[in-house]
Amino acid sequence: MDHDVKISALNVNFYYGKTLTLKNISLDILQKKVTALIGPSGCGKSTFIRLLNRMNDLIPGARVEGQILLDGLDIYHPRTDVVSLRRRVGMVFQKPNPFPKSIFDNLAYGLTISGMRDKRFIEHKVIDSLKKAALYNEVKDRLHDNALMLSGGQQQRLCIARCLVVEPEVILFDEPAASLDPISTRKIEELILELKDEYTIVIVTHNMQQAARVSDFTAFMYLGELVEYGDTERIFTVPKEKMTEEYLSGKFG
Amino acid sequence: MRHFRETLYRWIFTVLAFASLLFLTGIVLTLFRESLPFLVSHDFFDTVFGLYWYPTYDPADFGMLPLITASFVVTLGAMVVCIPVGVGTALFLHELASASQRAVLKPLIEILAGIPSIIYGFFGMIIVAPFIQNLLGVPTGLNAFTASLILGIMATPTVASLAEDALSFVPRSFREASLALGANRWQTLTRVVVPAAGSGISTAIILGIGRAVGETMVVLMVAGGAAVIPDSIFDPVRPMTATIAAEMGETVMGSAHYSAIFTIGLILFFITLAINIVAEIISRRFRLKLGLGR
Repeated sequence: MDHDVKISALNVNFYYGKTLTLKNISLDILQKKVTALIGPSGCGKSTFIRLLNRMNDLIPGARVEGQILLDGLDIYHPRTDVVSLRRRVGMVFQKPNPFPKSIFDNLAYGLTISGMRDKRFIEHKVIDSLKKAALYNEVKDRLHDNALMLSGGQQQRLCIARCLVVEPEVILFDEPAASLDPISTRKIEELILELKDEYTIVIVTHNMQQAARVSDFTAFMYLGELVEYGDTERIFTVPKEKMTEEYLSGKFG
Repeated sequence: MRHFRETLYRWIFTVLAFASLLFLTGIVLTLFRESLPFLVSHDFFDTVFGLYWYPTYDPADFGMLPLITASFVVTLGAMVVCIPVGVGTALFLHELASASQRAVLKPLIEILAGIPSIIYGFFGMIIVAPFIQNLLGVPTGLNAFTASLILGIMATPTVASLAEDALSFVPRSFREASLALGANRWQTLTRVVVPAAGSGISTAIILGIGRAVGETMVVLMVAGGAAVIPDSIFDPVRPMTATIAAEMGETVMGSAHYSAIFTIGLILFFITLAINIVAEIISRRFRLKLGLGR
């Protein structure tokens, strides 16, 4: 792997209360590639991805050990600013979660919270992001309608657009298609493939085929441990670990 | 046999469920029937906008504007107290309070809600009114201001606990989305959580107002009882509810005064009905807005 490392996890342990839910995870995520985290439910893949933008900070009793570096910056260092970290590392959630505001305001939010007042710039940025998220043509005549009027797939693309507005470097997708129909899922996957030219992408999925379709690298996790990590093609064709092979061939999970 | 029992239970519960409808119909019919003689013999608009309430004079004056104004002033004053305190409490409980603070505050608020209104009235009469009288040098502490204050304190728990419910109904995913975009806690609260809970909070306020409008004992005890349009908030007033409570016992059944009191009741009934309908419409819109369906 001779690419640039964007995020580097070093011996990460994660405790939820007294339970150790991630055990000694070390993993390099490469710049402008798609890295998929797969594994059965409860394996810790969602927990891991939520460490990367410190979303787990919200959980009472959560504790992190080890280091996670973003371009060399220790994101769990006490002096690291969570707000600016989250602007660099955006997130799209499992269930589409647009705000109960207009489509336009959903996107403008990310800009206005950082003090942007220039209306022209905001409008430009909103439209640009909607185009990037392949949603603009479907909503251009109703930008001021409530975002909750959109279909589930459209809402999820809106959430992706909302994430793009703040120009993150990394986008985390936490099972982005888990609640969507196959056609919407396909649109999201196509979008991910387009976005990887500009962004580093980490995607959690329990759909193995989805990982195979969209990712460059795959990490297989099981019961809080990283079992195997490598080239997606290699992992899916010649897994080194017996457990990976059994999971991929559907023996458990 | 089992079939018979099931049918029986079904009927019992159906009857019980419809009992409240029966009571409602009974109350509305009574109000109408008893106020009808007054409504027929007096011009409704002259009554509602009449400036003088002298029901025992000869000829009597049944101008209800002083009473309606009093209810209005006192309710408005109560809102000034219960909205900031109630909503502020809700925001504190939801956003800032630690688990132990919440464990203390929430039951306390519920206790405050459960205190009988006569205790509030008592407290207002014995403690607050003399205090206000001395502090501000007004002729009497039993006035619209004191009544507003006490009513406001009384309505606060209603507002606080319903507004807190509204805030906790806001899906966690909204907060997460906001924080993930790099918003801080304050921005998330003011720009996402509160707007999303907005109609729920308004419903809480409206129901708090409803409580203040209908409250009788407190205003009877501390509002002062003068059926005159007040010049200032420190004048004694006589809200509609207090009028009914004070005069019902003294009037001759079937007299014009008697019927006029029922008319006040009827007006009060329609005001509270309107408040409840508005609250219902807003809370329905709230559920739709959050995508929770019906």
